[in-house]
This record gives sequence, C-alpha cells and structure tokens, in this order.
Amino acid sequence: MTRYSAMFERLAARREGAFGAFLMLGDPDLETSAGLLHAVVAAGADMVEVGIPFSDPVADGPVVQAAARRALDAGVRVDDCFALIAGFRARHPDVPLGILTYANLVVARTGFMRNAAEAGADSLLIADVPALEAERFGLEMAQAGIEPVLIAAANTPDATLERIAKLSKAYTYCVSRAGITGTHSAGEFDARLIRRLKDAGAPPPVFGFGISESQHVRSAIEAGAAGVICGSAVINCVSNRGDVAAFIGKLKDSTRNESVTQ
Amino acid sequence: MRLSGRFGRYGGCYVPEILVPALEQLEAAFLDAQVDPAFVTELDGLLANYAGRPTPLTRCRNLPSNIYLKREDLLHGGAHKTNQVLGQGLLAQRMGKRRLIAETGAGQHGVATAMVGALLGFETVVYMGAEDVERQKLNVFRMELMGARVVPVESGGRTLKDAINEALRDWSASFETTHYLLGTAAGPHPFPTMVREFQRVIGREARSQIIEQLGRLPDAVVACVGGGSNAIGLFADFLDDAVRLIGVEAAGKGLDGEEHGATLLRGTAGTLHGAETYVLQDADGQIADTWSVSAGLDYPAVGPQHAHLKDSGRAFYVGATDAEALAAFKALAEGEGILCAFESAHALAHALKLAEAEPESAILVGLSGRGDKDVAHAQGLLA
Repeated sequence: MTRYSAMFERLAARREGAFGAFLMLGDPDLETSAGLLHAVVAAGADMVEVGIPFSDPVADGPVVQAAARRALDAGVRVDDCFALIAGFRARHPDVPLGILTYANLVVARTGFMRNAAEAGADSLLIADVPALEAERFGLEMAQAGIEPVLIAAANTPDATLERIAKLSKAYTYCVSRAGITGTHSAGEFDARLIRRLKDAGAPPPVFGFGISESQHVRSAIEAGAAGVICGSAVINCVSNRGDVAAFIGKLKDSTRNESVTQ
Repeated sequence: MRLSGRFGRYGGCYVPEILVPALEQLEAAFLDAQVDPAFVTELDGLLANYAGRPTPLTRCRNLPSNIYLKREDLLHGGAHKTNQVLGQGLLAQRMGKRRLIAETGAGQHGVATAMVGALLGFETVVYMGAEDVERQKLNVFRMELMGARVVPVESGGRTLKDAINEALRDWSASFETTHYLLGTAAGPHPFPTMVREFQRVIGREARSQIIEQLGRLPDAVVACVGGGSNAIGLFADFLDDAVRLIGVEAAGKGLDGEEHGATLLRGTAGTLHGAETYVLQDADGQIADTWSVSAGLDYPAVGPQHAHLKDSGRAFYVGATDAEALAAFKALAEGEGILCAFESAHALAHALKLAEAEPESAILVGLSGRGDKDVAHAQGLLA
C-alpha cells in the first residue's frame, strides 16, 4: 500500500478529509524551508506538496511565483530540493509527499524522476503536462517508482477525465474554476466534477486552487473531495510571519466537518 | 486535437489542463476557417486592401545585385506581423471572443494586435515587460492610441518571456471570452502551425515574384529567426524545392559568451511556453536570460518547426552579431535608401557574406520589418 492510499484509508475511517500543505522548496532559504516542511506536519497537515522552483511558472499566481523567485535568488538548485525531500522523509516516514513542478526541469536533467523517488517523494505533478501529453511521462514515472498526478478542471471533457483515470495514481488534483494558483477568493467547488471523476474511476479528488479559509475547506469536503491542498495562503502566512501552526490547525479542523459523516 | 501538433520530436501542447479545451477550440476554428471560402475571401480582402499585399520584391542596385529583398517592411504596421494578426483576429471573431490579449517585447506585436483590435472591435490588453515599457515608450503610446491597454509585467526579468507567462496566466482565467493572440510561430499547438499558415503568404508571393523576375528559383532563402514566424512564413513554400534555407539568429555580443539569443545554435532541447523545442537554459533547466540589439530576436526559445528543420538538416542556422547587423542596417540605408528593422538586418548581414562568396547565386532575403522603431537606437549606436 502506498503512503497516499494508506493516508486516504486511515482518514476515511475517521471520516475526515485530507489536508495538504503546499510549500516552495528552498523558500526563502534551505534551512528555513526544512523547518517549515516539518512544521506543517506538526501542525496537522496530512500530506505535503512541494514545489521545485522554476524560472517561468506559467500555472502559478503571484504568491507562488514570488516564492519560486525567492528560492532561485537564494541559489537553490534541483539537487538541494531532493536533499530537502530526503531530510523530510527521514523525519516523517509515513507522510505522503508530492512534487509539483514544470516539464522543463523534469526533462532537462537525466534521472529527475529516479532521484525524486529515491529522495522519498511519492508523486509528481507536472503543471504544464496535460493528459494529452502525459503518457510518456507516466511510463517513465512508473519505471522510476513515483506516482503521476494529473489535473482535472471543471471544463475538462469526459474523454479526458477517462484518460486521467487511466494515467494517474495517488490523487486527482481538481480545479473547480478557471485560473492560476492563489487567485480564487471565494470557495466554489464543483460537486459535478467529483461525480464525473468517480464515474471515470479516477484517483481520489483533492481540490487545489482557491483554498484559503475554513469555509473553503468545508465546502470542498462537502462537495465530495477526499481532501484539499492549500498553497498560496500557507505561503502568505509564512512570509507575513503569521502563526503557521494555528493557521494550519484551523484549516485541518475544518476537514473534520460533521457533514463528512453524512 | 485533430492534428498531431508535432514537428519530429518537437512541438506538442504543454499547457495546464485548463487551457487544453481553449486550444482545441482554436484548432477546430482554424481548420474549419481554412476551408471556408467566406473566411478566405475576407482575410485576402484585408491583406490586399487594408494591409497592402502583395509586397514588392526588390532587387538590390548598389548592394550586390544577386540579393532580392522581400519587402514586408512595406506592409501596413511596418512588419510581417500584420499578416497573422489579421488571420487570428478574424478567427477570434469567428469563435465569438470579445477580448484579445497579447504579449509583446519591444512592442511590434503589441502594436499589430492593437491595430487589429481597433479594426475588428475587440477590447485589447497587451502584456509587456516593465523593463520594455520603460525602453519603448513610443510603442506603448502607439498601442494606447489604438485603444489597447498596456499592462507592465513586473515578474521575472520583466521582459518578453515574462510577458508571455503573464498572458498565459490571464488566458487560464479568461479563455471563455478571450483569444490569446500569440505573436509568433512558437507556443503550444496549434499556434506554430496556424501562425505559419497565416505567414505562408510571404514565401508564396516571393516564390512567384522571383520566378517572374529571374526566371528560376533562388539558390538560397535567408531570414532572421527569433520566435521564427517570418522565417517559417518565407520558408514554407520552398520546403519541397532544391533551395537552401538559412535562418539567422541573434549572436548578440558573440556566440562564445552568454549575451546572445541564439537558441538553435547554443540551446538544448527543452520545454517552454507550451512547446518542446530548443531552449537556452542552465543544467537544471532554468531558463537563461538572452541578449540582442534587436528586441524581436531576444527570446530564449524558438518555434518548434525550426527545431525540427535544424535537426533534419533541411534548414541551416547561423548567427549574426549586433555589430554585423548594425553594419548591414547602415549598408542598406546608404546603398538602397531603405531603413530596415534591426531584426531584418541580421538576415541581410548573412546575405551580404553569402553574396560575396557566391556571386552567381540568387539570394532571397526576408526584409521582415521597417526600421523606424530602431532609428533612435541606431543614432545612439552609430554616432
């Protein structure tokens, strides 16, 4: 059983949704980043999603872009990111960890996927690889021992959802409205997308864009999501020197919404 | 998708999933329009009566007379860009979009998009690196005169590639009402194919004009390559002929250093802005900064068909430095009374070398744009 499936099974038994925290590796520097990876888990995150900073992140909004820029300006290299992941894995052997990054980094460097798997990453989402282009990457990921994650959006046609179901594992990264990361104010989550994904037999749906408040978490879980990933809001909290533990604790509590038991 | 969108191993459609339906809609609209006589008639009418096609083919009188210039500098708007913004503008209308967005470097494509926005009645937003907004105030004003809103992009290096990133971000949230009018034959499928088809008119005209003037095909066809739209438009109708195709990249301050824009000569395979192609990058895959005296060639990727033409050996790619381009710019002004764009001067710089080495060869050069935009810059550099 993979770390993801063990986590989803354990949470389902407790009638909870998964709470995933997203952090940019190396932001603002390697040491702080290592501390934050541990801190979000200590505060209640069930899974951790990490960005490997890319110079041209077209799927990311201003907050995540700025985080990548800070990391690159601090001189963070891809190898440093794998070292951070390995450090996290040694400390948290059971917590699922997924990488979100861009195609050019994955392709530029031979052995990216193998190195990621060896460092202890469980999944890889390549933001600019849609289902249409995912097959080749999926084969390489299978060989390397890392699970592919694909994005499903409200405007994704059924035929593509079926392809996503075939090509992806771990979870399905769901986007309910158009846009880029961190730019959705209100929590609107598309229960129809969740039903369509279930019909297609896709991995557990996790909502990724537009989670910044407890109400968003509750709405997503009520819509049938297996979990949520909170990115820009966590990064904002960190860079504004907010109380990260309290923020994550509060959002995690919202995955225990009583409606989940219905 | 109905077409593969591949040129050998290059091309493809590397965008966030959310944009795939918009690209599928665009491909369908483009393919349907291609075989719709009403669309073809309307576009041909605009090219002739608004833009001023056909453009002349000028044989040099005082520069080597085996050089023939395809005069896209004489097109309305001052560059080949007009050909394809008219095509995409009509497609956007056909798809029922109300808003156009575009990226621009020095402002030429932004001006062309503002032009078609005014002509066809779109709300137009142009993303331009904040650095470029500062350097190209006149073009910003031109766009605003034609009703476009120019948004300075503060992220990254604040230049062209950052403007493309920002336009893609806008489109991810706005594709239902908005067409992204990409400025070159690069980016995700169907842009490289669609832009080539809208620019193909350059080579089609030039081919019949040179046959008419010379009685035969040229020996070499030379064009500058940034994103590569004017070059692919000029090359397209010569691909099946026994004619050498030569693309000229920006060698900037020299190919041995890092200050150039020679993606095909110094780059490696990668994925940027939606396509697998040659990319200037470091060992990790982070995109490099580029340099050229001409903003239009200052781009770290290149259209995927050029990547394939290079690997297959069908086209050759060479570099011209800033200094060589500037010398060619000056020579054309003095010899022929033509002020060309710095971009086009790169093609001419190589053609001048070729004309000397091969006096018997007929050389067709794509003069992709006029030099008005570069005159102030030239004054500073040549004084």
